[in-house]
Amino acid sequence: MRLLVRASSAAAVVALAVTTLAVNAQEVTGAGASFPAPLYARWAADYNKATGVRINYQSVGSGAGLRQIRGKTVDFGASDMPLTDDELKKDGLVQFPTVIGGVVPVVNVAGIQTRQMRLTGALLADIYLGKITKWNDAALAKLNPDLKLPDAQIAVVRRADGSGTSFIFTNYLSKVSAEWKSKVGEGTAVNWPTGAGGKGNEGVSAFVQRLPNSIGYVEYSYAKQNKMTYALLQNAAGNFVAPEDVTFAAAAAGADWSKTFYQILTNQPGKDAWPISGATFIMMHAAQDKPPQAMAALRFFDWAFKSGDKTAVDLDYVPLPTQVEDMIRKQWAQIRDASGQAIFRP
Amino acid sequence: MAATLPASAELEARAMNREEPPPRRRFSPIGDLVFAGLARGAAILTLVLLAGIIFSLLIGAWPSIRQYGLRFLWTAEWDPVQERFGGLVMIYGTLVTSIIALLIAVPVSFGIALFLTELSPRWLKRPLGTAIELLAAIPSIVYGMWGLLVFAPILSRYVQLPLQKASAGVPLLGALFSGAPVGIGILSAGIILAIMIIPFIAAVMRDVFEVTPPMLKESAYGLGATTWEVVWKVVLPYTKAGVVGGIMLGLGRALGETMAVTFVIGNMNQLNSLSLFEAANSITSTLANEFAEATTGIHQASLIYLGLVLFLITSIVLAFSEFLLMHLRKAEGTKT
Repeated sequence: MRLLVRASSAAAVVALAVTTLAVNAQEVTGAGASFPAPLYARWAADYNKATGVRINYQSVGSGAGLRQIRGKTVDFGASDMPLTDDELKKDGLVQFPTVIGGVVPVVNVAGIQTRQMRLTGALLADIYLGKITKWNDAALAKLNPDLKLPDAQIAVVRRADGSGTSFIFTNYLSKVSAEWKSKVGEGTAVNWPTGAGGKGNEGVSAFVQRLPNSIGYVEYSYAKQNKMTYALLQNAAGNFVAPEDVTFAAAAAGADWSKTFYQILTNQPGKDAWPISGATFIMMHAAQDKPPQAMAALRFFDWAFKSGDKTAVDLDYVPLPTQVEDMIRKQWAQIRDASGQAIFRP
Repeated sequence: MAATLPASAELEARAMNREEPPPRRRFSPIGDLVFAGLARGAAILTLVLLAGIIFSLLIGAWPSIRQYGLRFLWTAEWDPVQERFGGLVMIYGTLVTSIIALLIAVPVSFGIALFLTELSPRWLKRPLGTAIELLAAIPSIVYGMWGLLVFAPILSRYVQLPLQKASAGVPLLGALFSGAPVGIGILSAGIILAIMIIPFIAAVMRDVFEVTPPMLKESAYGLGATTWEVVWKVVLPYTKAGVVGGIMLGLGRALGETMAVTFVIGNMNQLNSLSLFEAANSITSTLANEFAEATTGIHQASLIYLGLVLFLITSIVLAFSEFLLMHLRKAEGTKT
């Protein structure tokens, strides 16, 4: 009998603990894009130190992240490919960007250093369409009169797995090449006309670093940390620019975030804009079944916008402009609990 | 075990003394029934699992099956943007890499098994056998990384480029070796697979070769047969079921291997050249790469359809090996 009492009181304590946990939401889970995963992990660790709240982020890929948020198995989903306003409305989701990054073309040609080769979007599209197959092609030579380009086949490398990186890259190629748009199109996975596929940024970089005369594309932070040889690219304004914080920020500045966060930052008009830039996004349900979880998640991103910028820069991401962050906080008013009250109060 | 041994010795002793036959031990009928039920349950569970797998594959693949039907099997287009899917590229890649792997692995494994059982000096048998078993324990991702980082550059520089130079202009051979010299593609995937399945096939072959009764072999040697004749005419006929089984085990592994293939096959969904050096794709590699990011229903359904096709291929291979064994046994029957 005494045992029974003790057992039931233990159960009561556990139940109490569970309910307080639910009220305070000490643990929030999110899943999705792998591109911002290193940053979210650092932010989560710092945030946990500051507040004790645990943010679990699973880097499962943008598509899987979207599936999980639609199925409500996570508190927030993350994707490099933004959803259109119609798609958001259909699923009852709210989306907002968190940081900006870029995709850079990397090459491995003997004797060519980083930032030496010049490329245009149309050329890049022709290489990935398999129309330009040699490094000493007339079009490439004309653009790079100072470089000694070898008489060798171009080994084209791209992502094999579906990825937000591929989405940004193919979105850019679709904007600059009509042929690419009609033949291949844009998406996280497309029907690549040529080339070998590597799994993940690390797969592509392993190919490019080891195969002579190859070209590939990876996330900027990945290229920078692995000291890969990247090329200059001509932007929409006609200037040849290098991928760096300033040029990514210039691409973000050209976008009009005020109407919708559905902004794809490729081929932006600014004179310094890096043409293959993109933001990464968070998706949450507008009508929340679990308000404490949603509040904890929003507080986390609020904290990240306020005090996470330096971490982002350290990891080679570009923070959003402050006015965009303010717009995001305003938009959070759409995330409401069952009684229609806005969950996030600044 | 230890407890039953003396008991049986005692029984024997009693029987020798021609005493009364030992009283029949009665098992409790309930225990018997429970045990029989459990054993039957375990057997049925396997069938249920199998049916469940097929059923869930069918359900998952249904949108794709309804849309493409059997056309899926010979359509080469795989376009997630336009949502047009066909599995020919992956089916071709899976089959060709596995065939290349078998073509390399079977003779080599046969050589290893033959050496270990007939030719090897006694002191070398143990370490060599262990080394081969160790090879089987290496995780497949290690083979994949090695293939990508070490083997592919060697293959492209020392094999593909010379072959391309030598065969330039020759109609069929030229096509067979064409493509950008990246060293990844069907051939490297086949070779990596061969390296991975050699230990399996070799270990099984060695084990079955060892069970050949020494008397048979010694009689053949006594009649003046060479080692080759003994192996070819005595050992192999005696062990053919085991040998075929070992090869099928290897083939099964080759068909299902995922990580190592993903690294070296190049993952390209185009079927526009016969080249052995062209990047291609296999069923498992496509599943591993695309499943997490398959956003639309029909894309995911088509991936599951591919899984179903792989399941069928494996079943056909198994059925074929059974058929082969039956045929062998029949041929044996007519000869004697």
